[in-house]
Amino acid sequence: MRITPVTKRIWLPAPLLLFLLPSLLLIVVFFVVPISLTGIISLTSLDYRFRWDFVGLTNFLMLLQDTIIPRVLLNTGVYVFTTLLLFHLGLGLGLALLTAALPERPAVILRLIWLLPRFTPSVVYILLWRLLLDPTTYGLLNRVRAAFGAAPVDLLTEHPWSVIVLVNGLTGASLGLVIFTAAIESIPRDLLRAARVDGATTLHIVWRIILPLLRWPVMFVTTYQTLSLLASFEAVLLLTNGGPFYATEVWTLYAYHHAFAFSAFGYGCAMTFVLVLIGSIVSLLYWRVFRFTHLLQTPPIENG
Amino acid sequence: MRGEDDGITQHRGAHRVLTAALALLSIPIVLMYLWLLLASVNRDSLSSFLPTGWTLHHWRFLWLATIKPGYPNIWVVTGNSLLFAIAVMVLEVSMALLAGYVLSRWQFRGRLLLLQGTLLLHAFPAITLIIAVFFILRALRLLHTLAGVMLVKVALELPFALWVMKGFFDGIPWQVEMAALVDGANRFTTWYRILLPQIRPGITALSLFAFLSGWGEYVFLVTFILDKSGWTLSRYVASILGEGEVFVDYGLITAVGLFYMLPALVLFTLAHKYLVRLPFGVGTR
Repeated sequence: MRITPVTKRIWLPAPLLLFLLPSLLLIVVFFVVPISLTGIISLTSLDYRFRWDFVGLTNFLMLLQDTIIPRVLLNTGVYVFTTLLLFHLGLGLGLALLTAALPERPAVILRLIWLLPRFTPSVVYILLWRLLLDPTTYGLLNRVRAAFGAAPVDLLTEHPWSVIVLVNGLTGASLGLVIFTAAIESIPRDLLRAARVDGATTLHIVWRIILPLLRWPVMFVTTYQTLSLLASFEAVLLLTNGGPFYATEVWTLYAYHHAFAFSAFGYGCAMTFVLVLIGSIVSLLYWRVFRFTHLLQTPPIENG
Repeated sequence: MRGEDDGITQHRGAHRVLTAALALLSIPIVLMYLWLLLASVNRDSLSSFLPTGWTLHHWRFLWLATIKPGYPNIWVVTGNSLLFAIAVMVLEVSMALLAGYVLSRWQFRGRLLLLQGTLLLHAFPAITLIIAVFFILRALRLLHTLAGVMLVKVALELPFALWVMKGFFDGIPWQVEMAALVDGANRFTTWYRILLPQIRPGITALSLFAFLSGWGEYVFLVTFILDKSGWTLSRYVASILGEGEVFVDYGLITAVGLFYMLPALVLFTLAHKYLVRLPFGVGTR
C-alpha cells in the first residue's frame, strides 16, 4: 500500500473513480454538453415545433440585420461598464478601504449591512426596491419627497437605467467588499506602521502602499464581474423585463425572451453562443493572466 | 490586533467621522429592511411608516388556504423551497466532499485537466447555457420537475464547491491519514472517519452557502417549472410582484417577503464569518 503521494501519473483506482464520478457526470451533462449544444442549436431553426432543421449561419446573419440589436448592444455596454466602475470597483473598493480604517466592531457591523442585499433572496430584494420606488404617494421615496413638499416621481419608468444599475450594483459591491477586505487584511500591519513611522500620511499609505498591493484583486474582480455582468439579467427581468419597449433589454435577456417567450430557440442560441465564445476566450485569458498554476500544486491552506 | 493600532489611520476623531459617514450612507439600506419588518405588522401600512397599531392580519396567508384564487397554499410552496434548497445543499456538499478529497490527495492521469477545467468553468457565465439546458432537461424527461432544476443548480455550482472542498482537504496534514491507513483502515473509512470530522467548518460553510443559493434561486425555477404544484417561494413572491391589485396591499406583500427572507437572514448571520475564508476569488490569495 502506498501511503505517500504518488508522483508518477497513473490511472485512478476504480473505487476512487467512484468518488469523482457523480461530480464529473453532472458537470459534463449540465455544463460541457450545453456549451457545445448551444453551438449546435444556433445552427438550426428550432422553434415551438421542436424540429431540428439545420439552416447554417442564417441565425447569425439575422443577428446582423436585427434592428433591435444596436440598442441591445448599447444597453449591455452601459449596464456592464457603469455597474462595474461605479459599484463593483468604486463602491466595493471604497467601502473596503473605509471599513478597514475603522475599529473592528463598527467595521464588521457596516460590512454586514452591505452584505445583506447579497444574501437576501433576489426576489425579495427586488420587492424591497419596488416598494421603495412605488410611483404612488405610498412609496417610501415619494413619502420622503412629500415631507419636503416635492411631487411624487416614478423613477423606474423615468430613469430605468439608473435604477437597474443602482439595484444590481449594491449587491455587486459586496463581492468587491469581501475580496478587497480580505486582501487588505492580508497586508502585514508592520508595513503600514513602518510607513507611518517614516512620516507617511494616511493618504500616502492608501495611495502608495495599499492600492498597489490591491492590483491583482482589482484585476480579478474586473474580469470576473465583466463576465458575470455580461451574462446576468435577473435584476433586469424582475425590475423592467427589458421595457419600456426594449429600453432596458440587455443581450442575455433578449436571447432569453427569444427562446422562452417567442420559442425561437435557434435564434436565442445564436445570441448566447456569442457570449459563450466571449466567456470561453475571457476565461482562458483569465487563466493565463492570473497564473493559477501555483494553485494546482499547493493550494491555499484554509485554517478552518 | 486591529483598532487603535491598525496602521491605516490612528486618530480616534477620524474613526468617529468615518463611522458616522458610513453609517449615514448605510441608512437607506437599513430603512428598506426596517420597513419590510414594520409594514408587515402595521395595522395601516399604507399611510404611515411607523406603525399606528399592531396587527397579524397581513400574515393571514399563513393560515388561509390561499391568498387569492390561483395561488397555491403557502405551506406547499414553502415545502417546495425547503426541499429544493436542502437537496441542492446535500447533493452539492456530498459531491464536493467526495471529489475534493480525490483531487486533493491523488496524483492521477487527467487530474490537471480536471482542475484546470473546473477552474475555467468557475468563471464561465453559466446562465448563458439556459437554452441548451432546457433541451437537455427535456431529453432527460426532467423538465417541469424540481429534481431536474436541482441537478442543474448543483452542476453549475460544483466547480466552485469542488475548489472550496479541495482547499479544505489540502489543509489537513498527510500524517493524520497515513496513521489511519497504517492501522489498517481502508480509503473510505479514512475519508469518512478521519478526514471529514477535521474539515467540519468547511462543510458547515459550504452547506450554508449552498442552502442560501438554493433558497434564493429564481431564474432557473421560473423558466423550467410551469406547474403550480412546483412553485417555490421565489416564484410565489415574483407573481405577487407582477400583480397590480395585490401590490397595493403593502402589508401582505411585506409579510410574504419577510416570511421568505427570514430563514435566509438567520443563516446569513451564521454564515457571514465564513465568507472571507472561502476562496471566492481564487485569484486573491
